[in-house]
Amino acid sequence: MAGVAPGGSGSGSDIYRGNGPRLMLPVWVFIGIFLLLPVILMAVYSFLTKEFRGGVIWDFTLAAYDQFFLNRGLFGDEPATIEWTYIGIFWRSIWQAGLATVFCLLIGFPTAWYVATRPASTRSVWLFLITIPYWVNLLIRTVSMKFLLRDTGPLNEFLMWTGLISDPLSLINTNFAVQVGLFYSYLPFMVLPIYAAVERYDFSLSEAAADLYCNNWTTLRLVILPAVKPGIVAGCILVFVPSLGAFLAPDLLGGAKTFMIGSLIEEQFKGAAGNWPFGAAAAMILLTLVMVVLLIHARVQVREDR
Amino acid sequence: MSQKNIAVDVDKVVKRYGSVTALHGVSLDIREGEFFTLLGPSGCGKTTLLRCIAGFEDVSDGRVRLMGQDITPLPAHKRPVNTVFQQYALFPHMTVLENVSFGLSRRGWTARDAEGRAKQMLKLVQLSDFAKRKPGQLSGGQQQRVALARALAPEPQVLLLDEPLSALDLKLRQAVRVELKQIQRETGIAFVFVTHDQEEALTMSDRIAVMSAGHVQQIGTPREIYEAPVNRFVADFIGETNLLEVAVRQVDGDRATVVLPGGHVVEVPAASGAKVGTGHLSVRPERMSTAPGGGDLTVLVEDHVYLGTDIQLHARLDDGAPLVVRIQNGAAATIPAPGTRLALDVEAGAARLLAD
Repeated sequence: MAGVAPGGSGSGSDIYRGNGPRLMLPVWVFIGIFLLLPVILMAVYSFLTKEFRGGVIWDFTLAAYDQFFLNRGLFGDEPATIEWTYIGIFWRSIWQAGLATVFCLLIGFPTAWYVATRPASTRSVWLFLITIPYWVNLLIRTVSMKFLLRDTGPLNEFLMWTGLISDPLSLINTNFAVQVGLFYSYLPFMVLPIYAAVERYDFSLSEAAADLYCNNWTTLRLVILPAVKPGIVAGCILVFVPSLGAFLAPDLLGGAKTFMIGSLIEEQFKGAAGNWPFGAAAAMILLTLVMVVLLIHARVQVREDR
Repeated sequence: MSQKNIAVDVDKVVKRYGSVTALHGVSLDIREGEFFTLLGPSGCGKTTLLRCIAGFEDVSDGRVRLMGQDITPLPAHKRPVNTVFQQYALFPHMTVLENVSFGLSRRGWTARDAEGRAKQMLKLVQLSDFAKRKPGQLSGGQQQRVALARALAPEPQVLLLDEPLSALDLKLRQAVRVELKQIQRETGIAFVFVTHDQEEALTMSDRIAVMSAGHVQQIGTPREIYEAPVNRFVADFIGETNLLEVAVRQVDGDRATVVLPGGHVVEVPAASGAKVGTGHLSVRPERMSTAPGGGDLTVLVEDHVYLGTDIQLHARLDDGAPLVVRIQNGAAATIPAPGTRLALDVEAGAARLLAD
């Protein structure tokens, strides 16, 4: 930051510039095979006709999207009205993912701040402790959460033992349980980018703010948050996007009322009851939504950097 | 100048970090409108003292008063002083103009007034054309001037500068020195300037406090510090000097009679606190001259260094102690060959007996 001459940053020297395209080749191959190809496949499938035992018939149609957005009655012969079922599931998913993001931020920011302000020698220990639970498979962790939260689980038993409650709280199969699951699954994705940003933060900026009449609160608001904003935004995206498509937490911890897009999509590809084109269409709509969010963020970022 | 009011009164300030004491009861007065420098090697406590005045550090003991008001209990954001930081600490997400008007907005200025004042400050540091840039787009020297403008904008009663020139290259540093001194004179604000660079201190300051190991060793004008150092540390730290071990026969006020190595008895000025016995005499290398036919000191020349304007002779006294002499270069200057025995005269009043 300080002491950087204008034009000093940016592209490398001319010697390396010529190698650019060749060095990028592995990246393009990787992106092509593992990202573009599946997405194209998914897009194509969403316009095909469903086969009854899963799979597709190569017959192009808009039926999947029609089914998603429009209600034509039980036999498909009534005038089309808007189908709210799936939009509702989408809306609930956005709401749940947004809530999980807010909770992760509220807990993740102080955590990241605390770790980043420890002496360098103990920071790695803290980071290690934060990442340890993630060495265990997500499925197993989510199932464990189910055991913790169920009516006869340790949490309810503890609360009853203390006498705070006399009957077990029905925690499982609620939005609350899904929220706990999402929060627990994605918290480190909030902590780590913010940690990286806070670690790079120049604490003399806080002193400069205090010197210019900022108390702790105004320093946080006017100086610290803008300086670590890239880390916060990265953390929010890293929590929001996977939460939006999550299916383990809503499946295992939630019930029918907490159904989210991830589960909806998963169901379409599972067993004979599935509907591949419909699942693909739902996935494409989800992808579009996420892309819009990311594009808006990118546009705002570019405007701010200017 | 001595009639001026005291701007900052540092009164027996002690700062401890655990078992380490960084400041051992430091007392000094900084006058209104003066350029005051805290000079010392790294770790001497000069930056700690500055941070105690700014409020970034709580003092362990003692008081800090600003314009007669005790500010010791006040946190940094309530003190009417501003700081220019060593690495500038400009807010990277704000433009230059926003940086400079930041303190004004915090003090409740309207956006229009703050902007007007900030522009005026940018004009003072000759950066008017850069108002809309971000700090990252400026050179080190420009960032330094933004930091100065930002700290001066709220018209602090005292401006604190923490080695503000150390991140600049030599040539820029020399130019900024002149500029800084000029701005200090124009604004009339007392500057407290921390540096480890004695040349910087000598050229810019009205007064200097030389610090070492958490103590103030001497406070005085650049001339007093250079020409009348009180002890070995100050004499050695400021400029180049020879410290000769001498026998002190008699001390009478600010005069003393000493026996030079080689047996010559001379009368020299003495720092207060000098005692009879073994003492140290400070002799600046440029204050000696060759004396054909015998002088105060006799040395054996070992080597010379050609410096252009001067020639530096490295020599030894008969007892083996090293001595450096500077002779001015000129058409008539001859460089004694190694092995030559040379008689030297010390300029009258130039050798000074120190309090150890």
